[in-house]
Amino acid sequence: MTDLTTLQAELTARVDAAVDLAALEAIRVEALGKTGSISELLKTLGKLSPDERREQGPKINGLRDAVATAIAARKTALETAELDAKLASERVDLSLPPPPERRGRVHPTMQVLDEMIAVFADMGFSLAEGPDIEDDFHNFSALNFPPKHPAREMHDTFWLPEDEHGERKVLRTHTSPVQIRTMQRLNEKLPSWIANGQEPPIRIIVPGRTYRSDSDATHTPMFHQMEGLVIDRDIHMGHLKWTLDTFISRYFETPVVETRFRPHHFPFTEPSAEMDVRCDRSGADVKIGQGTDWMEIVGCGMVHPNVLRNCGLDPDQWQGFAFGFGIDRLGTLKYGMPDLRDMFASDVRWLDHYGFSAFQAPNTATGLS
Amino acid sequence: MKFTLSWLKEHLDTTASVEQVVDAMTMAGLEVEHVEDPGKKLAAFTVAKIVEAVQHPNADKLRVCQVDTKDGRLEIVCGAPNARAGLTTIYAPIGAYVPGSGVTLEARPVRGVVSNGMLCSAKELEIAEESDGIVELSDDLAVGAGAVEAFGLEAAIDFEVTPNRPDWLGVRGIARDLAAAGLGTLKPDTTAPVPGKFPCPITIKVDGDACPVFSGRLIRGVKNGPSPAWLQQRLISVGLRPINALVDVTNLISQDRCRPLHVYDAGKLTGTVIEARLGREGEKVPALDGETYEVGPEISVIADASGPIGLGGVMGGASTGCSDATTDVFVESAWFDPIRTAQTGRTTGITSDAQYRFARGVDPESLVPGLELATQLILELCGGEPSEIQVAGQAPAPPAAIVFDRTYVKKLSGLDVSAARIDEILTKLGFTVDGDTVTPPSWRRDAHGKADLVEEVARIEGFDSLPALPLPEIARPPGGALTVRQRRMRDARRTMAARGYAEAVTWSFMRRDWAELFDGGDAKLVLTNPIAADLSTMRPSALGNLIDAAARNARKGFADAALFEVGPNFRGDQPADQWTAVTALLAPHTPKHWAAKQGGGTDGDSLFTLKADLLALLNEIGAPSLQVVQGQNAGWWHPGRSARLQLGPKVVIAEFGELHPRILKAIDAEGPMLAFELNLDAIPEPKRKGVKTKPALELSPLMPLKRDFAFLVAADTPAGDLIRPILGADKALIADARIFDVYAGQGVPEGMKSVAVEVVVQPREKTLTDGEIEGLSGRIVAAAEKAVGAKLRG
Repeated sequence: MTDLTTLQAELTARVDAAVDLAALEAIRVEALGKTGSISELLKTLGKLSPDERREQGPKINGLRDAVATAIAARKTALETAELDAKLASERVDLSLPPPPERRGRVHPTMQVLDEMIAVFADMGFSLAEGPDIEDDFHNFSALNFPPKHPAREMHDTFWLPEDEHGERKVLRTHTSPVQIRTMQRLNEKLPSWIANGQEPPIRIIVPGRTYRSDSDATHTPMFHQMEGLVIDRDIHMGHLKWTLDTFISRYFETPVVETRFRPHHFPFTEPSAEMDVRCDRSGADVKIGQGTDWMEIVGCGMVHPNVLRNCGLDPDQWQGFAFGFGIDRLGTLKYGMPDLRDMFASDVRWLDHYGFSAFQAPNTATGLS
Repeated sequence: MKFTLSWLKEHLDTTASVEQVVDAMTMAGLEVEHVEDPGKKLAAFTVAKIVEAVQHPNADKLRVCQVDTKDGRLEIVCGAPNARAGLTTIYAPIGAYVPGSGVTLEARPVRGVVSNGMLCSAKELEIAEESDGIVELSDDLAVGAGAVEAFGLEAAIDFEVTPNRPDWLGVRGIARDLAAAGLGTLKPDTTAPVPGKFPCPITIKVDGDACPVFSGRLIRGVKNGPSPAWLQQRLISVGLRPINALVDVTNLISQDRCRPLHVYDAGKLTGTVIEARLGREGEKVPALDGETYEVGPEISVIADASGPIGLGGVMGGASTGCSDATTDVFVESAWFDPIRTAQTGRTTGITSDAQYRFARGVDPESLVPGLELATQLILELCGGEPSEIQVAGQAPAPPAAIVFDRTYVKKLSGLDVSAARIDEILTKLGFTVDGDTVTPPSWRRDAHGKADLVEEVARIEGFDSLPALPLPEIARPPGGALTVRQRRMRDARRTMAARGYAEAVTWSFMRRDWAELFDGGDAKLVLTNPIAADLSTMRPSALGNLIDAAARNARKGFADAALFEVGPNFRGDQPADQWTAVTALLAPHTPKHWAAKQGGGTDGDSLFTLKADLLALLNEIGAPSLQVVQGQNAGWWHPGRSARLQLGPKVVIAEFGELHPRILKAIDAEGPMLAFELNLDAIPEPKRKGVKTKPALELSPLMPLKRDFAFLVAADTPAGDLIRPILGADKALIADARIFDVYAGQGVPEGMKSVAVEVVVQPREKTLTDGEIEGLSGRIVAAAEKAVGAKLRG
């Protein structure tokens, strides 16, 4: 009878010394294979008497289990070592930069537009639009600018050539023509995006491009306006004041911005006003809501009875207000661009710096900006 | 326009300060531009007396003076030839900033003698353009009195008048509003008629089209010359130049009453008739400004027997101007039509004080009172004997009475104002209140209806007392505040930005020759008055502007640009000719990168990157699936490297590709550049409008299988054309078909190419048998053959 203890010691020593999986496998076959040394020992059990078998059985099986366990443990160790070595060889230099990507931006004017829409939509306003090339009726006459009146000169209008009827189209000098288009239905066929008559009550905002022949740090020949129009039975200047006060406070995201209504003159509103906001101009940037200065921020008023009449609405039945913001200018006030002309210069560095991420869509949950 | 507090006080009994006046003006609707206060810059300067003046020991032209000042007796070095003992002048202490010379005084020796201050000239104080020596003041002035008081300097309030309120172009008109606003009491008008001593020897004739009403009188035996100091100072204080007494009187009254007048040297008139009529072709007027103006039948002229001698309501003629030699003066007080005067201003380019006022609408009732006031002042300043007043023509009708329900104030403005207070405000503003009706005064030709009256009441009561009331709740539109199109514009912006493009906003106009590059430039769309020649023409496409933007960035060293714009393009001048485009431009100059593949110029990748961006954009904004059509793009695209996306055979949704080098060269841009232009308005609105629920999702529990097919097609067949027929071969089973290889060369017949397609088959109810798969493959091959003549590669 071979000394089982010696055999076990010899085999486990060889298992632990196996340098790789192949060597380990050779030992396994030698010990536990069909004709392996332990398998041969197990075969001898059948020839023994029951008593001997009772004594030898557990010993030989114990030997087999111990060797098998040792082999499994060694196998795991060898596999881990092999994987570690493979992974170590796969090291890359992660200080290297990823492939270059362009960072897209939303233009600040359009971001501001979305911010304004978010605030006004919350107050129940819907959007309306009209064309950039307007006729004299929509841009002036229907808005109560008398023909050849000096009020028209305030607008530095861009003109297109006279047509065969002696009429000249204009680049709209304000978004107010869409007031007319919203209140009055034209019988001509218009593309569906152009406002074309709506029954009161009306509550719209009108963003869009507007044009005046002017260019300096605070004026550009093209700029963006947002018109507002509310028509109902009993809308008065108090509602106008609340609407604008509330807008300013929400847009600038300050609880209360001190505002001031001043009388003004626009042909299409009566009474007319301009609203100023409190600001501080002492430093390099204008600070809204602080300081001792005022800054004009929006023109507004009650829709002139003649304008209502021109659209077929009875001013004794319907009344309301209108206002007009400069979108680009509101943007410069909030975000600090010093020169309005840069808005339209398409300098990629400027767009990257002052632009906004695609994912900063203004909403009332995360704040506007 | 400008005025001073002392001038205002001629009409307004008030104790208000300049600041209070400015605030009250602002809240009454008069926009104050700024207050020019000479007192601020001269605050440190005071009156002083030279006690002794001796020759400087080291300099011929300097004197060392002992001066009594507010700071005691000081030694001051002075270079002025008139620095002499006993002279009362102006002293500036050490530390004072001298505005005329731009220096701050320091105590430092002048040729060895320390000067403890400075004696000043009028130029150094900026109260005169030129000066000779130091200021010489009256000996009555006390040492230490301020320079501002010594010179009678006053702050000038510079303000802007809205076109509806010409009455504010006279100081009295401002005083009236300020009185109504509670700042003081309007003083009564003391103008009294001056009886004529003889009939006017000059006959006035008017043509109503040229001048509705014209009054005048002759004053003979006047002695013209410089105006007295008070009148000169008053004109200077508001920025006007004194000329001579007769002219200064007219300018004063124009500023004071918004009543423009004109004075003619009667000795220079030809004949005895002055006529206001329309100009005639070929007539010329040499005007007072030294220019000669051609007039025509759209312009009012004043004429005598010699022809036109003035531009009516705009400017007098040189031939009949008043000079110091004038002894007989004819004074004109007329009313010119606002529209005609505005037209004359535009035609001649003249914007005189008179033109400005008549164009806005002068009070027609001020003709005779203005003439009387002028007579009064001329007699006072120049003596003479007035004729009787002659008036020709008919003043326009006064403003009509307005029926005014006082409760309308509350309804329109939200302000609670009592009926008595309403009437008080209107009365103070000159309106006549009579029961239910209110009649505007003759100078308020802007007041037509009850809303105008509400404005008067509200602005005087004060806009600061307006309530703030929330808007009533209204039903919200079901789709939100935006229409589908507006929402698409917004989604397009954010999709493009998310894909790495920077949003530009470029002008709606461009150079005409650039517009022509993109089939635009129609004369109908060329502005008659562009702000610059390169911004003259409404753009047919934003591509030109974006190419130019990328080129400008490249010239600054930033060539790698990905730009987009969402904005209007113009086919014509009608509303329906305007369309909204999403335009993107890619100037691929990717920075060098350590892992980049080798390759130069525009590689296929960039073009397909752009195509991927375009398809992603279409997907985000909910466009239906579109067909790629190659070879039909407009001429500004590279003929081989561009295509369009169509909806059916006619509707072009987008064009994309590389831009034609000819276009880039014309815009001075370095190529290559890639672009797309997407017509947002052409994308149909979704059919399932307003339905929020999504179609039910069917998830098959069975594994999808993939089968590869290699087709042979003609080399010029668009490989993409294989996809639609393959998908159509079995719409239920075929989930996807993807081209994964395109090959031509060895093993493929000449003129052919091999296109390898992986087809994804999704069994729906049961696993497919070999036979079923075989049958499906057959249908796929048949469909490909039928559509594009494809053969399965053997």
